[in-house]
Amino acid sequence: MADVNRGNRPLSPFMLGKYYRPQMTSISSIMVRITGIASLGTVFLAVCWLLAAASSPSVFAAFNSVFSSIFGEILMLAAAWALWYHLLGRLRHVVWDFGYCLDVPTSEKMGWGMFIGATVLTVLTAILFLIF
Amino acid sequence: MNFLTDRKRATGLGAGGSGVAHHWLTIATSISLIVLVPFFIFVFGSAVGREQADVYAYFSNPFIAIAMALSLVGCVIHLKTEVDEAVEDYIGGIKRKLTLIAVAGFCYALILSGLFAILKLAIL
Repeated sequence: MADVNRGNRPLSPFMLGKYYRPQMTSISSIMVRITGIASLGTVFLAVCWLLAAASSPSVFAAFNSVFSSIFGEILMLAAAWALWYHLLGRLRHVVWDFGYCLDVPTSEKMGWGMFIGATVLTVLTAILFLIF
Repeated sequence: MNFLTDRKRATGLGAGGSGVAHHWLTIATSISLIVLVPFFIFVFGSAVGREQADVYAYFSNPFIAIAMALSLVGCVIHLKTEVDEAVEDYIGGIKRKLTLIAVAGFCYALILSGLFAILKLAIL
């Protein structure tokens, strides 16, 4: 009996869409995963830029012009939001893992805190870069 | 026929054989990255937009180079646990194994290339 249907269970994404009503707890959690995977892309782009800087001037000029363009600025702003959001999301996991704030109302408040907090931190980041 | 009971499978390091190692690594790196992510954003953000010679001068500061290297390695180690988790959730069988290997290869290549680039910028 212990081995019934082992390894052939439905995986979670099939629930999304028609069977599942979006909630703050689930959406904020899904966003943690999406921003986590996106942040690996951000680190990849950063490493590409560092490698370009460490290689020839022509390669660096090409990379730097993309990063400094309007498209690059928007991309970096989005990347900063994703990093901040993911940081706050993981902070919520740490709080949960240590056994605090596990009730739904507090979790929902922390979810709002993640969205609002990430946006505030991104705006502050942008302002800091504009000033300095 | 498998004679192991579910209870027996779960004791010790569990069915996966690695216990809570993955979970603990995620928690530990999450806490470390509260410090390292701001480093990453501000150190890297300040580097972008400079002239190449200026970039070399910027990374020749040991604190800048070390903050960049540390935050880069920390981010990749943490994000690897994140992506591994997603792969284990959504992909099964042989595809899962191959994807996990590909993710590991990508992440280690990222760490090594990043560190090499920072070292070159810092020293040359």
